[in-house]
Amino acid sequence: MDGAAPLVHARGLTKRFGKATAVDGIDVDVAPGEAFGFLGPNGAGKSSTMRMIGCTSPPTSGTLRILGLDPAADGPRIRARLGVVPQQDTLDTELTVFENLLVYGRYFDLPRGVIRPRAAELLAFFQLAERAGERVEPLSGGMKRRLTIARALINEPQLLLLDEPTTGLDPQARHALWERLYRLKQQGTTLVLTTHYMDEAEQLCDRLVVMDGGRIAAEGSPGELIRRHVSREVLELRFADGVQDHLDLGVLAGIGDRVEALPDRLLLYADDGDAAAAAVHDRGVRPASLLARRSTLEDVFLSLTGRTLVD
Amino acid sequence: MHAALRQTEHELLKHRQVWRTSLASWFLTPLLFLGSLGLGIGQAIDRSGAAGTAALGGVRYLAFLAPGLLAATAMQVGAGESLWSVQGGFKWHRFFHASAATPLRPTDVFLGWMTWITIRLVLSATAFVAVAALLGAVRSPLALLAVPAAALTGLAFAAPLTAFTATCQQESTFPLIMRFGVMPLFLFSGAFFPLSQLPATLQAVAQATPLWHGVDLCRALMLGTVDLGSALIHVAVLALFIVGGLAWGTSTFTRRLAP
Amino acid sequence: MIASLVASSALGGRRAARLFERNLLVTRHIWLVVAAGFFEPLFYLLSLGIGIGDLVGQVEVDGRLVDYRAFVAPAMLAASAMNGAVFDTTFNFYYKLRFARTYDAVVSTPLGVDDVALGETLWALARGGVYAAAFLLVMVVMGLIGSAWAVLALPAALLIGFAFAGAGLACTSFLRSWQDLDVLQLAILPMFLFSGTFAPLAAYPAGLRWVVQATPLYHGVELLRSLCTGAVGVSLAGHVLYLTTMGVVGLAVAGRRIGRVLLA
Ligand SMILES: Nc1ncnc2c1ncn2[C@@H]1O[C@H](COP(=O)(O)OP(=O)(O)OP(=O)(O)O)[C@@H](O)[C@H]1O
Ligand SMILES: [Mg+2]
Repeated sequence: MDGAAPLVHARGLTKRFGKATAVDGIDVDVAPGEAFGFLGPNGAGKSSTMRMIGCTSPPTSGTLRILGLDPAADGPRIRARLGVVPQQDTLDTELTVFENLLVYGRYFDLPRGVIRPRAAELLAFFQLAERAGERVEPLSGGMKRRLTIARALINEPQLLLLDEPTTGLDPQARHALWERLYRLKQQGTTLVLTTHYMDEAEQLCDRLVVMDGGRIAAEGSPGELIRRHVSREVLELRFADGVQDHLDLGVLAGIGDRVEALPDRLLLYADDGDAAAAAVHDRGVRPASLLARRSTLEDVFLSLTGRTLVD
Repeated sequence: MHAALRQTEHELLKHRQVWRTSLASWFLTPLLFLGSLGLGIGQAIDRSGAAGTAALGGVRYLAFLAPGLLAATAMQVGAGESLWSVQGGFKWHRFFHASAATPLRPTDVFLGWMTWITIRLVLSATAFVAVAALLGAVRSPLALLAVPAAALTGLAFAAPLTAFTATCQQESTFPLIMRFGVMPLFLFSGAFFPLSQLPATLQAVAQATPLWHGVDLCRALMLGTVDLGSALIHVAVLALFIVGGLAWGTSTFTRRLAP
Repeated sequence: MIASLVASSALGGRRAARLFERNLLVTRHIWLVVAAGFFEPLFYLLSLGIGIGDLVGQVEVDGRLVDYRAFVAPAMLAASAMNGAVFDTTFNFYYKLRFARTYDAVVSTPLGVDDVALGETLWALARGGVYAAAFLLVMVVMGLIGSAWAVLALPAALLIGFAFAGAGLACTSFLRSWQDLDVLQLAILPMFLFSGTFAPLAAYPAGLRWVVQATPLYHGVELLRSLCTGAVGVSLAGHVLYLTTMGVVGLAVAGRRIGRVLLA
């Protein structure tokens, strides 16, 4: 019915809190069936954007259409077709695990007969079945996270919003979730997510944007971003304690495209890491360790924002 | 004991910001209750003639009510500081755990908390007696002793209840304690009317509660009708609850903080 | 705002009912505590009625003498309607709004802020209605009802609940900390004690009487006392109007303010 019209369509989308600008006029389009990611350092404005898309935070200015509708006028109709995993768990601590799914499903006006089997399946999948009758409060952090994600799926949403879904999950649970999200995507669910994990972004996202200071710094598929913003390989140089502070970076000039100094190491971007390593050696620089590797999204991130992903 | 005072000091510091609200409520609560019931109902009773006044032991209703309310309020303060606040120390703000991680022993943490409650009780009782005196409800200089008597009454509830709270992982029993324990005691232990108004069996029940002993003690002191024998019995009963509560709390705090 | 609220209550009645359902489910875990709420006014009635009633004898209501028990019972009903609504919409609501952040999840579903305000009001009313009905039954059994007008006491108690629920929600949306709740408590207590609840208005000095007559609980107490004792007059319309306005305005303010908290 919407054809190929974007499910999320934002132009000049802006969010201000008092004087501070959290989101500074971004343009975003997410096509049906796509998996779209927001990356960016802490405070970049990812969650603020997600909450506007989730129709729980009115934009300060700009155009926003979700599922072709205007959130200001049709909030309830839009939210009926969304699944939301907020950054902070918002479980109902006065209810049990199962009741959390039941009540949430009822908010979507689903009949109990529909909710029960769905809840049972979700609890089994997220390995919470044995805790179904227990209160939410004493669950571990990861279990709460899993329940929050399960809850977002109870209404079989058309558009799933996930704000750092896997933070706090153990590796097994993370991989299980990725698999599930992949399956949902194949069934036609559109995914919008934020993450601080590069492997997650590379695994899940067809397209992503890097946000910084409320703006979009870059956009593309993971592969495109690497090609466009960094060289093919990276040489990591680590030094003995204190040596790096006294090193004159000028001595490395001309090797590779660019040098990035991190507190604990130097990164040298070059198309051929081994050749760069040889050049470094020739100039008399003697790092404690040298490592040449392929560039990743992490390097894209670093070069765009000047910050590492996981703070 | 010195260590326990650390815990007390901590509580005092924490409550510096809310002093003003507490202070206002300590003066206002007795003023409002005595003003509304003592003057309002009092007028009706005093006007109803000899029968009413005789049941009150020949004093005006205001003078009868004030000491009863003093003891009953002390119980409420004592109980109020022993349930959710204590659970908060274990569970939400976890300041008991924080203290227990220092050289303070669980017993010090417990005694420190009890000292803190004692301070609150003494202060609120002092405010109460001052208000009562202003309204003309005090008949004897012995009323000064009603302050420690009220504090004992409050502690007779605070000590066992604080000890009990340390055994609770959940708070589900707390509202029930307030509704079916504290509230009926407040209303039926002779604070608002003489026990002689109750059926005989209920009278016996009421007389078995620590609050009645507190009420009767405070009343005797404020009206200047002290009889040493019964005063000693009242103090002994209150002390029994306090000592029992302290002994119990020492072990329940140790079990909760250093399992 | 009021128009939009009314519109949404027609359309969103069903959505608000979902929140009601949620509260019902929570109640199943704490039914004993909820049931206990009924006993508070009952204890007060027994204590004052039995203990003090004999000492006081009779008091004057609109020129007629009535038993102190029959005088104080409707006031306890009014006060408990107030206390129930205030507790639900301040303590409980603040806990869910700011502390447990229960509604953060609710507003990411088709339910909106208006549904939250309406649902909580309905809940407070239903709960208060059950308490009031039980209390009225006790009054009938104790022979404290003196007029057929008392059939209107239940809706009147609901109206009192509505007025205070609206005001309570509005107040709570302004609160910043638990300490503010203590201040609110400090405002409720004098109302409970002085609104003609325990003693006829005539017992107070003239200056105080004016203040009392301005407070909402006074109107609630007068309303219920008239209905239960049969001293019915045109002044009832005034009480009804006062309480209705208070509830509607409170709800309208709450709907707007709660949005600011939830939809930052
Ligand atoms: N409710 C709010 N009130 C005021 N300021 C806010 C609010 N929410 C977010 N901000 C501010 O907006 C900016 C962007 O925050 P946001 O949560 O969107 O960042 P983020 O990209 O999700 O960061 P993180 O990776 O830490 O989750 C921050 O400076 C934050 O302080
Ligand atoms: Mg975020």
